[in-house]
Amino acid sequence: MSKARLTPEQLRAVLAQRILILDGAMGTMIQAHQLQEADYRGSEFANWPCDVKGNNDLLVLSQPDIICAIHRQYLLAGADIVETNSFNATTIAMADYQMEALSARINREAARLARQACDEITQQTPKRPRYVAGVLGPTNRTASISPDVNDPGYRNVTFDELVTAYKESTHALIEGGADIIMLETIFDTLNAKAAAFAVLEVFDELGFELPVMISGTITDASGRTLSGQTTEAFYHSLAHVKPVCFGLNCALGPDLLRPYVEALSTVSEAFVSVHPNAGLPNEFGEYDLGAEEMAAEIADWARQGFVNIVGGCCGTTPEHIRTIAEAVAGVSPRQPKPVSHQFNLAGLEAFSPEW
Amino acid sequence: MQQQARFINIGERTNVTGSARFKKLILNGDYETALDVARQQVENGAQIIDINMDEAMLDSKAAMVRYLSLLAGEPDICRVPIMVDSSKWDIIEAALKCIQGKAIVNSISLKEGEAPFLEQARRIRRYGAAAVVMAFDEVGQADTKARKVEICQRAYRLLVDTVGFPPEDIIFDPNIFAVATGIEEHNNYAVDFIEACRDIKQLCPYAKISGGVSNISFSFRGNDPVREAMHSVFLYHAIAAGMDMGIVNAGQLAVYDDIPDLLRERVEDVILNRREDATERLLEIAPEFKGDGSVAEKQDDAWRSLPVTKRLEHALVKGITDFIEQDTEEARQQADKPLHVIEGPLMDGMNVVGDLFGEGKMFLPQVVKSARVMKKAVAYLQPYIEAEKSGGRAQGKILLATVKGDVHDIGKNIVGVVLQCNNFEVIDLGVMVPCAKLLQVAKDENVDVIGLSGLITPSLDEMVHVAKEMTRLGFELPLLIGGATTSKVHTAVKIEPHYEHGVVYVPNASRSVSVVQSLISDSSKADYLARIQQEYVTVREQHQRSRPGQTMLSLAQARANKVQLDLSKVAPAPKQPGVHLWADVDLQQLRDYIDWTPFFMTWQLSGKYPAILNHPEVGIEARKLLADANAMLDQMIGTKRIQGKAVFGLFPANSDGDDIIVYTDESRNTERCRLHQLRQQLQLRNNIANSCLSDFIAPVGSGVADYIGAFAVSTGFGADEFAAEFAAAHDDYNSILVKALADRLAEALAEYLHLKVRREYWGYAADEQLENEQLIRELYQGIRPAPGYPACPEHTEKGTLWQLLDVEAKTGMQLTESYAMWPGAAVSGWYLAHPDSKYFAVSKIGRDQLADYASRKGWSEQEAETWLAPNLND
Repeated sequence: MSKARLTPEQLRAVLAQRILILDGAMGTMIQAHQLQEADYRGSEFANWPCDVKGNNDLLVLSQPDIICAIHRQYLLAGADIVETNSFNATTIAMADYQMEALSARINREAARLARQACDEITQQTPKRPRYVAGVLGPTNRTASISPDVNDPGYRNVTFDELVTAYKESTHALIEGGADIIMLETIFDTLNAKAAAFAVLEVFDELGFELPVMISGTITDASGRTLSGQTTEAFYHSLAHVKPVCFGLNCALGPDLLRPYVEALSTVSEAFVSVHPNAGLPNEFGEYDLGAEEMAAEIADWARQGFVNIVGGCCGTTPEHIRTIAEAVAGVSPRQPKPVSHQFNLAGLEAFSPEW
Repeated sequence: MQQQARFINIGERTNVTGSARFKKLILNGDYETALDVARQQVENGAQIIDINMDEAMLDSKAAMVRYLSLLAGEPDICRVPIMVDSSKWDIIEAALKCIQGKAIVNSISLKEGEAPFLEQARRIRRYGAAAVVMAFDEVGQADTKARKVEICQRAYRLLVDTVGFPPEDIIFDPNIFAVATGIEEHNNYAVDFIEACRDIKQLCPYAKISGGVSNISFSFRGNDPVREAMHSVFLYHAIAAGMDMGIVNAGQLAVYDDIPDLLRERVEDVILNRREDATERLLEIAPEFKGDGSVAEKQDDAWRSLPVTKRLEHALVKGITDFIEQDTEEARQQADKPLHVIEGPLMDGMNVVGDLFGEGKMFLPQVVKSARVMKKAVAYLQPYIEAEKSGGRAQGKILLATVKGDVHDIGKNIVGVVLQCNNFEVIDLGVMVPCAKLLQVAKDENVDVIGLSGLITPSLDEMVHVAKEMTRLGFELPLLIGGATTSKVHTAVKIEPHYEHGVVYVPNASRSVSVVQSLISDSSKADYLARIQQEYVTVREQHQRSRPGQTMLSLAQARANKVQLDLSKVAPAPKQPGVHLWADVDLQQLRDYIDWTPFFMTWQLSGKYPAILNHPEVGIEARKLLADANAMLDQMIGTKRIQGKAVFGLFPANSDGDDIIVYTDESRNTERCRLHQLRQQLQLRNNIANSCLSDFIAPVGSGVADYIGAFAVSTGFGADEFAAEFAAAHDDYNSILVKALADRLAEALAEYLHLKVRREYWGYAADEQLENEQLIRELYQGIRPAPGYPACPEHTEKGTLWQLLDVEAKTGMQLTESYAMWPGAAVSGWYLAHPDSKYFAVSKIGRDQLADYASRKGWSEQEAETWLAPNLND
């Protein structure tokens, strides 16, 4: 990397000034290209032994132009931060396609493509730098939930296995040019703790730190993560990472997500990010919340002082991002809670005794 | 006590070194009971649970990991934070790798010097835990106040300054040692601790203080009242000095003010080291207080000793039928009239159930079990009530029915039960109820509300019909609409405009109570209906405006944008063509193929299986329900109370436009029948093709020999009768369970049959290896769309399927006039094998396709309108 690295302090300084815009969904945009098995394979993987259609992360190798173009669309729509196309790129998730050995390469390339798009657009407007968030997804396994009903003590992945996989991905994302490391769509906090553990180890090995963003997923109206934690418990369980930003994404549309955004904003000593889905899927599995409606709700959060970074998850498009960016333009960002030294613990629920 | 309110209780019983019982459970591998120990701690008020597996006879690390992994699946326990207690670092670290929340490590110390202490503290930070730091250094354990303070202060500075450990996450344990041991040097130990607390709090801002309280009274083992008094007195003073938390038996703490004065005074002398003869003086009186001071653990049948009204309430809330007749009889003897038992204790109990349900503290399966108890009690009282010739007084009378042509009644039955629980009289006309009969009964019985249910799409039109008839016949009763395919939008757009006296969509059973209550009360009815009508006006307006971007293509345009089929990938000829019958399916083998998620949805427990079993709120109920379901399956299958049958066939076929031609034989000269399909006509985003099922079959004239399959399966034979037996015994819970499980088995049979067809009968995917989860997610080649569902929404095509396979003669499965299948637990559909074939929704079609379809079916346009109403764009 030729440029100076982004430090957590620098990002905090920017976030204290204005609300930043995160990009929107990658999957929906890829779908629009109606790629077939052969497109996913490209020439390099033409003879790959299993089907790879649906392996969206592989596209950074087989269809890099498409991915780069999507990043560009979001940047032109007003995104300050683009997420690398590496949601499922850990060795653990890549096992579905027998592509564990490609994990590092995909992560590196995903970061490089996002970097390239950001640098192009930043060159046009140098006063407003764009950032690459290197994405670490949740993987397709859960460290605190048994996949076997008959044996609730069974696990199909261990903390150590997750740490190994996440370390490999993190190194590669940083090599490819990520400015930020982002743990997103966290539905099992133990997976995220392993990811955070890995990221901190990598920072130790490299001798520097990048800003970290953490974003959890409240899976339904019960207000809990899939592994059963409340928003506050989730926050306390990962606060030790001292991320620049804590947030929520996916699963719900902005209307249903609102109480949890407010809860997080109340408790968080970090900045707050949110990137909800474009509503809940309709009967055809499509997300159809319009850009205007979504932006209206998010703009209200901004005015209430809940948020510092906003964007979109499943079903959102550059149109959503443009509308959201316009809706929050000029609104003052939330100021994080001052450090309190409150003693907090957490099980599934937060335990914050008052003295 | 004020001070104790801010004191944190840490449960101590899940500790193999401190509890002989827990140790035995773990050594015997009885983890289930060992989990109950933790549960009791939490129920008794422990705010954190301390877990210790340090035992020489045990693989402590494995035991810790196993216990924590199991604990993670117990939301009522793991809602509280965990304290990982071990003297071995590798066990602590293994434990931290199993805990998603923010835990406490108990403990680390300077015993081995600074380097390992700092390294362990760094690791603990990385796992995101707080830490207990023992007042222990290279020299030894601190006993005096000065040593305690010195070590804690040194540790604090190292942690905060060197590691960056957050000071609020440091918890000091300055060592609680036994007093009154007879050794003079021990007499001041409690005072040393208490005074050290004050200094440590002052010198180490934000740090906390904890300790193992029961150590203090070690010398009074066997005399629990004295021990408890010592604990209370010690805590009273230590908390005042700054102690924040302690490892205690939360169920076993005396209240300071409740300690007899004499005992308290002498204990206080010992704790505070106020006189030289304090120990002797306490020993002197201690035998007077001896006794089994411990609170007996709550026996499961303790509720049997409650007064009868409370026993009835308990039985209703817990759904226990074992004693209900005996208790009801006792209540009857105490009451003036048998009716008073219903209106008094039973209704009071049901009100408790209703409140708990309303507050989300009880879930539907529990409520249905409560209703079972209630029904049994009422049935017991019925003869006595009739003997007195006094009628029951219900809140209101509700008429429920599944509409004509539809046989689905699980949801309707649940609504009936929930309404009865709330003291409404319910008249349930059952399934396939013609409109005329429904309205006749409504008139004769003078009901207050009519509720209609239905699952298949033609039922929606039947509901519209009922609404129109109610207007025509001058009814003024409110009409409720429910069932899986109904919706607020459909109710507002299609039904409500036809009837002005109130049409209300009821999304689920729990909502039915409040809706009916609003409609029964004269005072609230008008307001409520006015509000609903206003709401539906808005819904209609929104519906008008919705999806403005979707343009309707002409049928010709849609056809031009058909799916381009890759003819090189057409599946090979079936290995076993023709029609096959499974006359008596082995239902046992289907159990592995059950998709449980919809089963839980039936019971309004929403969440994906198996994750729902660990859901913090409904997990426990979901597990109970699953256990009941499995026991019922054992019964249904083991005693052959229900049977399953399947008929299916594989035939030569080619497509002809939007039709699929099925040929009599491989020569493909004679048409056996035509399957009429519908094409998507709305313009789709991103130029996605406008699909029609015929697109997935090689066209006539392509020269490619293609095939199609058809199937009809049911596992409902005997289910209605079996369910009726339970209903007759006032057991709606099991009655509903039977039907819901029959439905699941039918789906499982359809899944299993499809698998057999893919791998053997047709054999185009002979090598397929998929787990059940992958089957549920349909990760296989080919589809099995069902007539009446989105890809082929027109129901009469089932008639063609019935003829093609001769379904009725071969299996006894029938079609109703609305083309619902009987028995209700049934699935039928087509098999398409092309790898590109996929599910889609036909959605809205235009008048041109309506006319085209009518001419292909040989129908008038009016007839076509009837059957295609849900798909017409209006």
